[in-house]
Amino acid sequence: MSELTQQDALFTYTLRLADNALILGHRLSEWCGHGPFLEEDIGVINTALDLLGRCRMLYSYAGEVEGKGRDEDDLAYHRDEREFTNYLLMEQPKGDFAYTTIRQFYADVWNLHFYTELCNSKDETLAAIAKKVVKECRYHFRHNAEWVKRLGDGTEESIQRMNEAIAEASRFVNEMFEMDNVDQMMVDAGIGVDLNEVKAKWIASVDEVFAEATLQRPEPEYDRSGGRLGLHTEQLGFLLAEMQYVQRCHPGLQW
Amino acid sequence: MTPQDQVVDIDALETEFQERIDAEKKIEPKDWMPEAYRRTLIRQISQHAHSEVVGQLPEGNWITRAPSLRRKAILLAKVQDEAGHGLYLYSAAETLGSSREQMVDDLHAGKAKYSSIFNYPTLSWADVPAIGWLVDGAAIVNQVALCRTSYGPYSRAMIRVCKEESFHARQGFEGMLALARGNEAQKKMCQDAINRYWWPALMMFGPSDADSPNSAQSMKWKIKRFSNDELRQKFVDQTVPQIEYLGMEVPDADCKWNEERGHYDIGEMPWEEFFAVIKGHGPCNHERLQARQKAHDEGNWVREAALAYQKKQADKKQSVA
Repeated sequence: MSELTQQDALFTYTLRLADNALILGHRLSEWCGHGPFLEEDIGVINTALDLLGRCRMLYSYAGEVEGKGRDEDDLAYHRDEREFTNYLLMEQPKGDFAYTTIRQFYADVWNLHFYTELCNSKDETLAAIAKKVVKECRYHFRHNAEWVKRLGDGTEESIQRMNEAIAEASRFVNEMFEMDNVDQMMVDAGIGVDLNEVKAKWIASVDEVFAEATLQRPEPEYDRSGGRLGLHTEQLGFLLAEMQYVQRCHPGLQW
Repeated sequence: MTPQDQVVDIDALETEFQERIDAEKKIEPKDWMPEAYRRTLIRQISQHAHSEVVGQLPEGNWITRAPSLRRKAILLAKVQDEAGHGLYLYSAAETLGSSREQMVDDLHAGKAKYSSIFNYPTLSWADVPAIGWLVDGAAIVNQVALCRTSYGPYSRAMIRVCKEESFHARQGFEGMLALARGNEAQKKMCQDAINRYWWPALMMFGPSDADSPNSAQSMKWKIKRFSNDELRQKFVDQTVPQIEYLGMEVPDADCKWNEERGHYDIGEMPWEEFFAVIKGHGPCNHERLQARQKAHDEGNWVREAALAYQKKQADKKQSVA
């Protein structure tokens, strides 16, 4: 295997961020028209739109770094499951509104701390994207933290659903803080973010909101991992089949 | 006051009310208004709000399958706008003393109507730009007329809605143009969407004037300012040249320019289908209501939890004070 160049690492690094935004945004967009009430329908779509905008900036930049002429749609629509690098948490089905809330909250806290740090990246484009994104992250965090509190300290049913959602999501949490050689290379170059630091901040923020929400954060019995190597859960294939089908049926056209 | 005086009083109020309307003054929520005017408006505005909310579903059907990220972003933003329109229209109806809960219950119970166009399925990607262009295009023709409607909150909501709808219609046309300039499969998709959405779009203007029972009173109250047929003609006249520009065909052999009238003539509308869809027998009436009901039912525990939390917070504040 040839040695990892900095260009390869930057491409992979950017692509991973884009994949997370696309796949999470896709799951969120499934709520459109089906939200628990109109105001929140609009709220959920708003977040989905932010994630979509984010993935587009990141894919375009990844394509540029790669230098093979792939654009945002080539990267989003013409890669298979084994080439997608999102975390497993992002691809899980939307579940009920409790699961959507917890998954989104976990992702929001991660994004908030990650993109806050990424603003200091030596890579100017990533830093510029991060500066735009971090504003959305702050808003998403505030919005979803409120929902975690409402549902966590709401009715008997909502408390039970939140606990089930937390239990369900817990095995996918630690994957979000794994560091591999791509991360290390980017951290060493002053481009990337140290995920150990993100983890410490993530735990502190989640615990703070959970305390107010009267919820507990369990330690998972075991961790699932592999998204960044393209070793996904069986859920992703269906998501991609749906998302990519028009492009794959009619490749190479303008829409 | 004797009953006799009361009658006189109401007559005087009604006269004054009609004078305000005739003088083009807006009626505001706190103004006196005849009960029938209030009821007509609640019916019309809530119907309009329901149309926006149910209208999220056919286009929403393609969000997860949009063929490019750009189209996906445009579509998602558009459907979000529709939800936003639903929100201000429900608020406008609430100023007349109806509650959102009641209006939503009426929708689910099948008592309140919404625009029949949303009872048609979206079967290919082309249906998405076709809806933006034809359906929002037809809605604009109706709604531009409603910007001057006599009830203030409705008129102001319409001004805002119209701005966004015309943006959607232009985006829809641009999407159709991309297909019309594409390959054979895309052109076929484009024509097929026009074929399926043409008549339903024309039927959005309601029955022909001869069969429109509520129209005369609504015109007098200036809730409505043009007849169904006048508005339909306006839409046909602006849309036929657009179809020609796309290089597509109008799916009506009788559609041609009438020099004498200065308008396009059209063939006989499929009224039987129109009344069947209104009755609830269209292709998607069942599915649309079911989807709304399901979202509402599944959201019950969320709404209850939000209220319970709010109450707990208020109680905490009180016990501190």
